[in-house]
Order: sequence, then structure tokens, then C-alpha cells
Amino acid sequence: MKIADKKTSAEKMVREALMKAKQYADYNIFTFLNEENAIKKAREIDEKIARGEEVGRLAGVPYALKDNFLSPEGQTTASAHILEGFVSPVTATAVKKLEDEGAIMIGRTNMDAFAHGSSTESSYYGPTLNAHDRERVAGGSSGGSAVAVALGIVEFATGTDTGGSIRQPASFNGVYGLKPTYGTISRYGVVAMASSTDCIGFFANTPEDINLLMEIASGQDPKDMTTLPDYYNTTKLTNKNVKIGIIKDFDNESVDPDIRKALTRKINSLKTKGHEIVELEMPTLKYALAAYYIIVPAEIASNLSRYDGVRYGFRSEKSEDLDALYKNTRSEGFMPENKRRIMIGNFVLSSGFYDAYFLKAAKVRTLIVQEYEKAFEKCDYILSPVTPSPAFKLGAKTNDPVAMYLEDAMTVPLNLAGVPGLTIPAGKTEDGIALGLQLVGPRRSDKALIAFAKELQDE
Amino acid sequence: MTKYIPTIGVECHVQLATKTKLFSEVDNDARGKEPNSCVSPVDYALPGMLPRLNGKAIQYAILAGKAMNCEINTYSRFDRKHYFYPDSPKGYQITQFYHPIIGEGYVKLPSGTRIRIEHAHLEGDAAKLTHFDNYSLVDFNRVDTPLIEIVSMPDIHSAEDARDYCRELWRLMCFAGVTNGDLYNGNMRFDINTSIAPEGSDELGTRTEVKNLNSFKSVERAVAYEIKRQTKLLEKGEKVIQETRGWNDATGETTGQRSKEEAKDYRYMPEPDLPPINLTAEFVATEAEKLPMMPVDYREKFGGVLKGDILEILLDYPSLMYRLNEIDKAHTVAIANLFTSVLLAEEKSAEYLNDLPSAKDLNELVEMNEKKELSSTATKEVFLRLFDPQMKGRGTKNIAKELGLIQENDFGALEVIVDTVLAKPETQKAQADYKAGEEKVIGFLVGQVMKESHGKANPSAVQEILRKKLA
Repeated sequence: MKIADKKTSAEKMVREALMKAKQYADYNIFTFLNEENAIKKAREIDEKIARGEEVGRLAGVPYALKDNFLSPEGQTTASAHILEGFVSPVTATAVKKLEDEGAIMIGRTNMDAFAHGSSTESSYYGPTLNAHDRERVAGGSSGGSAVAVALGIVEFATGTDTGGSIRQPASFNGVYGLKPTYGTISRYGVVAMASSTDCIGFFANTPEDINLLMEIASGQDPKDMTTLPDYYNTTKLTNKNVKIGIIKDFDNESVDPDIRKALTRKINSLKTKGHEIVELEMPTLKYALAAYYIIVPAEIASNLSRYDGVRYGFRSEKSEDLDALYKNTRSEGFMPENKRRIMIGNFVLSSGFYDAYFLKAAKVRTLIVQEYEKAFEKCDYILSPVTPSPAFKLGAKTNDPVAMYLEDAMTVPLNLAGVPGLTIPAGKTEDGIALGLQLVGPRRSDKALIAFAKELQDE
Repeated sequence: MTKYIPTIGVECHVQLATKTKLFSEVDNDARGKEPNSCVSPVDYALPGMLPRLNGKAIQYAILAGKAMNCEINTYSRFDRKHYFYPDSPKGYQITQFYHPIIGEGYVKLPSGTRIRIEHAHLEGDAAKLTHFDNYSLVDFNRVDTPLIEIVSMPDIHSAEDARDYCRELWRLMCFAGVTNGDLYNGNMRFDINTSIAPEGSDELGTRTEVKNLNSFKSVERAVAYEIKRQTKLLEKGEKVIQETRGWNDATGETTGQRSKEEAKDYRYMPEPDLPPINLTAEFVATEAEKLPMMPVDYREKFGGVLKGDILEILLDYPSLMYRLNEIDKAHTVAIANLFTSVLLAEEKSAEYLNDLPSAKDLNELVEMNEKKELSSTATKEVFLRLFDPQMKGRGTKNIAKELGLIQENDFGALEVIVDTVLAKPETQKAQADYKAGEEKVIGFLVGQVMKESHGKANPSAVQEILRKKLA
């Protein structure tokens, strides 16, 4: 990653990024541009460099921040109407770590409201366009961040991945996108979607950049009791004569031929490099999507309870009593997809249904965790498609929520198991649509996984 | 007529006196502070905020559990209890629904009756609402103050036992040192469930719940009222409705709150932001060791020395009990009596209780009384002065001196005074009468000596000298 020095000023880097952001305004990537502050911060770094002082590992590097990360710069809305006007007094741990190293946020990126969605079409601010085909979706929920990196506006962007929200848009736009092991990066200060599967991660152009960002952002945080004690940096590296698992069930006719070809290409290339390919049966994974769409909506319904119009954000005007205040604020403030998940979530948690749905799904989750553990006894990593098909046309699935959910079938099992997954660009279709594959590793194998991704780089 | 047996269960909320809140690092003690001044972004439920468990609350829960002879569960977990109301900024309360930290146990009342504890769990308190005509105000200072909710088994069968149980719980929690125990400010709140059933019946009757009582007296009165009300209903052939009833302390009655009272669905869910609590047996044992002396220990220690009723009164004033425990053994009874009959009779005793005189001062007071340096009246006076903010800390002897209350016990000095009095013309007749066998005039002579000594002479010493001189 290019950092500011005596030859290239931070101000120049930031101004260029801001200029590009404006140039691509019609892609609807940003919900906020941090012009004044970004330039001010860049100048401070340039002054430090001029004085010969030490600067951070990301000195002057412009980056894009997904709109669900809390920071006092601009409104933090998670692209949701109900958070309109909310300026955070606190800074997310991840943001603080990046900025401590000199990274400069040039803007907040568009996303599906509260990260509910796989296309960024469920944003209060409208959809973001795909970097390589403006008629297609950016993917989601971190669509804005993926496109910002794919169009070269910034060298990296933050994302969150609850069921594929980093890996899928990374794949749709042809960039690297990492969902780390659950608990590797603090969730403190990131608008919660589903607490038990939410992961903070990054979009970048190279595995090296992803690695650097992970080294900076990972680590235990006293403010997030689910963070891991620095496992990221203690992972053993074993990337010679690696065994790669291929999931039989994921290679069938429902998967787009271009994606199957890309997978075969990578497999052949791995073989020639001396790695071994292992076929895996993972029959439980077919239940992952069902379990996911029970557990995650339950946590969503719970986590969204705090948006009630009482303390901050949007409040409906026409409310005569408390009940009306809640009903109107939430009816007007949430997007249809938010409401759909709130309803599913409350249903599966309600008394009489808890055992049949939530508890059952939790048991399925345990089986999925075990299935991954077993799989990683047979192989070091798993290579699979990210999605059954490449980026789809805008509007193609907005009226069919289930079709949209099916987008997540190959990404959600990782979130339920807590294992890391990295999207690797895998060329393009004849029409120029980006393709990607995901490399999956055991829990806490992140560092080795990223290092191994170099083996899979397009020649 | 059918005899009805009342059955009462109590749920008690105890606010823990931790320095910081259950899930944030903000000051937990909001006494005398501006509304909404002890609130962190976590308490206020900003987006992306996560609870951070206060380890002290776990340690207090272990002490509270041990105080009630309860099992401590080495595995416990938090759950979310959902409801919409402005006193709940997150839209849910973090509680322990499925796996509480404190398991079964029992509380023994002074009468000897055992009340079993079903379980007790940790949870966060709600915000405080103040309602006005057309608006309400919310104070988030109390949000996520740690609470222990203690759930009893339905083992209580009278209003008096309900009162005694609540009082004993209060004592246990105070002596365990886990709460400030300020009932007036809601540090402990009681919800009572009352039902009655015909004697001999296997089934319990329909219960009513009275929530948020904050005195032992109101617990006793509310239970008594409910028993009477429910008995009347059944005698008339009517039914008791299962409901929450409000207690009116002024009228001494409960009234149905006739809220829509559909069964609430709290949609409990495991709290995903907090990992389960796994305690080692060693940790629990080490923490349990820290449990200070409990009422049962004080009863054992002082039971043979103090009268039962005095001991029970002192157990309602933990600070007095602590001090008494530091007093020289020989002085226990004297100080206990001073505490109960002099101090507690004082109007200002409540303010005095927070800042007691040292054991040394109290020991000295009893010693001076025993040496007859202080009369019993003077002892009481000096005793109260030991609490007086103006005088305290100066030492018992100095205070007694300053007040001129020390008795003259020096025989040499007293003889001089006696001689002076005997030389006075006005005492000559009395001296003659005494010598003639009129015993009672000795009182007059003693009085004269006392006058001459400005009241500082020890009257019994004076009498002894007089008898010798006039023999």
C-alpha cells in the first residue's frame, strides 16, 4: 500500500481520492464525503513527515468507511432512515486503530440499511452500481466499499460480514475481501446486525494489503468481550504441499458455468504448483441457510429494538402517545427488508416457538461447526464459489426476498461456524462481469489463509 | 367454615453497591447526582455499543448466594428479555433467564422457620421514569445498576413470616456487604405473590402479585390485606383473579391495576455479546471465604451474652453490630444497652449511625463508669456526646472533663471537702442527730458535700468517709 512520504504528500493522495469519488458520483458509492477533515488530517501528516517525525503504517492512506462504523466524522446511519441525523460521540475500535496508523477516511460508503441485504438495493439512499457493469448490482451489504476499491478510488475499505456481506460484493466487483475468524476484530462501535455472526473485515487489491490491515485492526478489546486474544498473530504458516478441499455439493448445475470454469482453472493451477485436491462431503451445509435465517433475524430483531425514536436518530412527527411513537417511528424508519427480518426474528423467539425454531437452529449451528472441524482434519483450506452466480441485474431480485436470501447459501455457513473466508478475484466473464472464489480456513488460520491466497493470484 | 392457608412467595431485587455499573465503567452510585449524569454510551444504548461484564458483580453474587446458603453455579449465562418502554434503552433487559448464577438454598428466620430459595440471578436495573400530565422524563442514571433478583419458594404462610423473611434478606445482604441496603431509595424492593387455599388442599389457589414494596411494614400489611381480601372473595363464592395489584400505603389497601394484562412475551434469547460465565470451584471457594460474619454468626457469638430481643434489634443496625464486635468482651452488655436504649432512642440516631465513635472511646467510657469516674447519668451524657459532630474524636476522657462530669474519687481530696462541710455551723445539728442514731440525715450531709464539690464527688465515697468520721 502506498503511504505518504517526502515525495508523495498525504494531501495529494487524499485530494486524488476525493476527486475520483466525485468523478464516480453516479455510482452512488458514498453517503458522506469527508472533504474538510480528510484534508486537514492529511496536512497534519505531511507536517509530521516534513519535521522528520515517525508516521504510522497507513500514513496518509485514504480509505472508505462502511456507513455502519461509528465515528464523529459525518452521520453514522448504516444507510438507514431511522438513524438519520445521528452523529456518534464515540469511535469504533477498528476505526481508531486504522486512524492511529495514519489512515484517512475520505467518505462513508453506501450499504443495505443495517446490512440487511445482498445487493445494496435496500439502502435508504438507493443502490450502488457495480464497478464493472452499471446495470448490475454492487452486491451487498458492503456494496459501496467494494466498488470504492474496485474503481480505484481508495486502496482499501472497511466492511462487515454477517452472512457474506464482504465476500459477495468483493466477488461481484473483482477485489479481495476478508471475513476474519469471528472475534478477531472488535465489534465495538459497529452498528450491530447479528452479534454472534458479525465480523469486521476489509476490501483491498492484494493479500499483502489485507494482511497489513489485519495486523493493525485485530486483537482483544476490553470493550468487546467476544474478541479473541490476538490469535491472528500467532497462527502457524504452513503453505507448502497444501491440501485443498472441494465441496462436492457446491459444484453442480445450479452453479453458473463461468464460476465452475473459474473454480476448475484455479484447481488445475494449484495442482501444478504441487498442492493436493481433496473432495469433501459436507451434507449439513444445506441446512445452513435455513438455520442462518432463523438465528440471524432473531438477533436482528433484538439488536434493532433500541431504535425507538426516544433517544436519538429519526423520530416520527405525528405521534400522540408512546405506542404511536414506537409504531410510527419504526414503521417509517425501517426499510421493508428490516421489517421482514424483525418479524421473522420475533416470531422464532416468541414463547411456544423458541424450541422449535431458535433452539433447533442453534443445534444445527453446532453440527455445522463440527462439520467444518471434521473437514479441516482432511484438508488445510476449502476452495468454493462465493455465490451460485455472478452479479445480477439491478432490480432482478428486489421483489423476491427468498431468491435474494439464496444468494447467501455458500457464504453463511462460514458465519455460523465462525471460520475465516477470503474472496479471491478469479477473472471475468466474456461480458466483463467479475468472478470470485472463496478460500476458507479453520478458525484462527487467518494469517496463513491470507498468505496462501498468493498461490491463487491470477497470473 | 373452611379454614384457608395462605401461601406467599417473594421476589426481591437487591441493588449491588459496586463502584461501576453492571455493563459499563460509569459510576454506579448516583446518590445526590444530576439526572442522566451517570450514563455511558453503553447504558444509553447507542448503536454498536456492547456490554462489558463487571467482575465485581460476580463476586458480590457469590457472597449473596453464600449468605443464603445457596449453591453457586459454576456455569451461568446472560439472556435478553425484550420489551418496549422508555425505561429500557436497549429494548431489552440483560438478565439470567436460563442459567442463573445462584442456585437453590435457604434463609432461616429468627423464629427458626426455613424459607427455601429457588434461585437468584444477576440482571441490570431499568431507568427511572417520572410522569407528568402530558409528558414523562427519563433518568438513565439507574440503567444497568447491578441487581440480584432472589426468588423464594412458596414456603411462607403468614404476613409476619413474609415480613420477617424480607427483613432477614435485608440483613443477609447488608452483612454480606453487597448492598447499601437503603430501602427508602429502593436499594431493595419486594414483589409478593399471595394465594390462599383450603386447609388440606394439594393445590395452591390463584395468586395475585403486589410489586415494588420497599418496607418490611408494607410487605406485612399488603400480604395481610391480600389474605383478608382473598378470603372474603372465596367465602362469598367468588374467584380470585390472577393479576398485578398496586399497594396504597396511605389507605392500606391493594387495588387491581386492570391493565390489558395479556400474557407478556419477553422473547428471551441468549445474550450473544457476553460469553458464558465459567467459574472454577477454586474461585468460588476463594470468594466465598470473603463472606464476613453473618447474622447467624452474631447470634452464636452474642446469644449467651445479650438478651435475644436486644440482639435482634442490633441486627437491624449492621454498623452497631460491627462496632459491638470490636468492643472488649467485658463491655459488650453495657455498650449493647447504651446502643439500644440510649442511642436508638435519640431523634438524630439515623445520622449518627453512619459515623460511630471508635471502639477505644466506647471501651474507655465503660471503664470510666466502672471506676465510678462517671455516674450512670454522666455515662449516658458522655456516650451521646461521643456521636456529636462538635465533640467526637476528642476522646472520652477529654469530653467528660470538658463537661465537668468526672466524679472525685480521691479519698484524700474528698476528706478535705468533708472536713470543710463538717466545720460549717449549718451542719452541726445534723451531725448531732446522726450521732443520736438518726440514720437518714446522712443523706442531707452527703448532699452538702456534693454541693461543696460542685457535684463532682462520688456520692458513695462521700458517704463512706462521713460514716467513718461520725462514728
